[in-house]
Amino acid sequence: MSAILSVSGLEKTFGSVVAARDISLDIPAQQTVGVIGANGAGKTTFVNMITGHLTPTKGSIHFEGKDITGLPSRDITQMGISRSFQVAQVFPSLSVFDNMCAATAIARGDGRFISAALRSVHAPEIAADVNVAIELFQIAAYRDTLASTLPQGIRKLLDIAMAVAGAPRVLLLDEPTSGISIEEKFQLMDVVMSALKARNITVLFVEHDMEIVERFADRVLAFYDGTVIADGTPGETLGQARVQELITGAKLKLPHGEASPHA
Amino acid sequence: MLSRANLIGAVLFLAAGIIGFFLPPWLVSLLTIAFANALVVLGLIILWRAGLVPFGQALYYCSGAYTVALLARWAGVSDAFVLLIAGGLVAGIVAFLTGFLLARYREIFFAMLSLAMSMILYGVLVKTETLGSTDGFGVDPPHFLGYAPHGDALGFALYWFVLVVCAISALVIGVYFKSVAGALAVPIRDNEIRVEFLGISVTRLIHMKLVIAGTLAGVGGALAAMTIGHVDPNMSYWTTSGGFVFVTILAGAGSVAAAFVGSLVFEIVRSFAFAVLPGFWQMTLGIVLLLTILFLPEGLGSLATRFRRRKPDTKPVATS
Repeated sequence: MSAILSVSGLEKTFGSVVAARDISLDIPAQQTVGVIGANGAGKTTFVNMITGHLTPTKGSIHFEGKDITGLPSRDITQMGISRSFQVAQVFPSLSVFDNMCAATAIARGDGRFISAALRSVHAPEIAADVNVAIELFQIAAYRDTLASTLPQGIRKLLDIAMAVAGAPRVLLLDEPTSGISIEEKFQLMDVVMSALKARNITVLFVEHDMEIVERFADRVLAFYDGTVIADGTPGETLGQARVQELITGAKLKLPHGEASPHA
Repeated sequence: MLSRANLIGAVLFLAAGIIGFFLPPWLVSLLTIAFANALVVLGLIILWRAGLVPFGQALYYCSGAYTVALLARWAGVSDAFVLLIAGGLVAGIVAFLTGFLLARYREIFFAMLSLAMSMILYGVLVKTETLGSTDGFGVDPPHFLGYAPHGDALGFALYWFVLVVCAISALVIGVYFKSVAGALAVPIRDNEIRVEFLGISVTRLIHMKLVIAGTLAGVGGALAAMTIGHVDPNMSYWTTSGGFVFVTILAGAGSVAAAFVGSLVFEIVRSFAFAVLPGFWQMTLGIVLLLTILFLPEGLGSLATRFRRRKPDTKPVATS
């Protein structure tokens, strides 16, 4: 198991504010990594640096052995790292189908602008891909609904499905369950995770709900004050006294089985 | 769907061509100008779909027109096809160069920067006495592959020439709208960050749109120069740009056909208002625009889609 994503000595400062410091870790292919931490702990900064939205002040990021530090986000996307957003980023004036067509068409493109002007956005192979993807993410019932009128959970699924349209090897999910009711959270994550597993995607997800992290992550990174204070299996990380004190709250007992409706 | 739209387009094109034979020359020339300007509007629709409203499209219109005039005057080029291609090409190059700057701006900043650029050309032309300063200068009637008509025959030849250019442009832009680059206009307007994170450069997509729109404006300007037989710096003035934006609001960005319908209605209303209420023609145009915005916020072009949408209840799906 060699690392698909590897960061070393990552640091990001905004003036005198240190948003991330001394982050070094390797993520093996097909691992599902949960990222936890209080607000402002540097989780999103970490995600933003990997996806090229922010350029690290120091350190390096390697993806499949290639240095991707400081590349523009669209190049990183083309190489195989996608992301979804904390607030679903879709195209409100298009239908679910057209949203997916746009994402798939870009993903299938070779990045050349002449060919982008000549290929049809509704080419049969694009439509076929889209129909498979919306089945996989269980949003096919909303195929012709405008994205602006979608329920929050479906919009989240659409956002993730669009990120997956480019057949990424690594997917970063920034709070996939934020804004979703507690009853729907597990269902949404079940759909997402089984879809991602079916495509052998390495997943890194930021999450505040410890039950979700417990259930879906193989490994948990705990962020505090811009750096990783614990890294291990969910049991190990969530069991650490420092993590309980700073992030999850001391009382956490993780009642297996009874709390999770899916167990 | 596409073939049906093309069929309707072809029928309308032939109808417009044949009707030309039965119309008085003044009306033919009005239609020629309307269709030449429709090409500029078509370019504006491309940008409009991506949420960009340039108030300086006259820069490319004027570039195309002056290219024709200069070539005819100093290089002795008289063939309409050569002049047309040169006009479009020069405007396209100007759009490519200005695009490096313009593609980075949005909204009011984009509008004002494009306006400023067109006013630079206006300023230069006004100060250039060899080019006739504010008066401009005349353009000799063009030839068509050796055919050199005069008088009314020239009017008809230009009318047909403009119609053919419009038909080709409409076809090409129709394909572009359905292409990946063209269809990404709405996503760009909706959410640029998402487009970038899907892996394509928004700036370059917009740059491409600017070049296409600029080329169309140049072609429109070239045709206008040949039809009017005269160019002057007002072709680059901001009111000219404003006129094109006016027609785009009137037309709506719904379809390729909207550009032609909008431009036609605009020219007819303007001529009618000028003849009937010479003192108040601007006010008449203003009222027409006001009524359009109030009752047809998506422009005249939305009338056609409204009828089409009445049959199937949902939004038409482009596949299947």
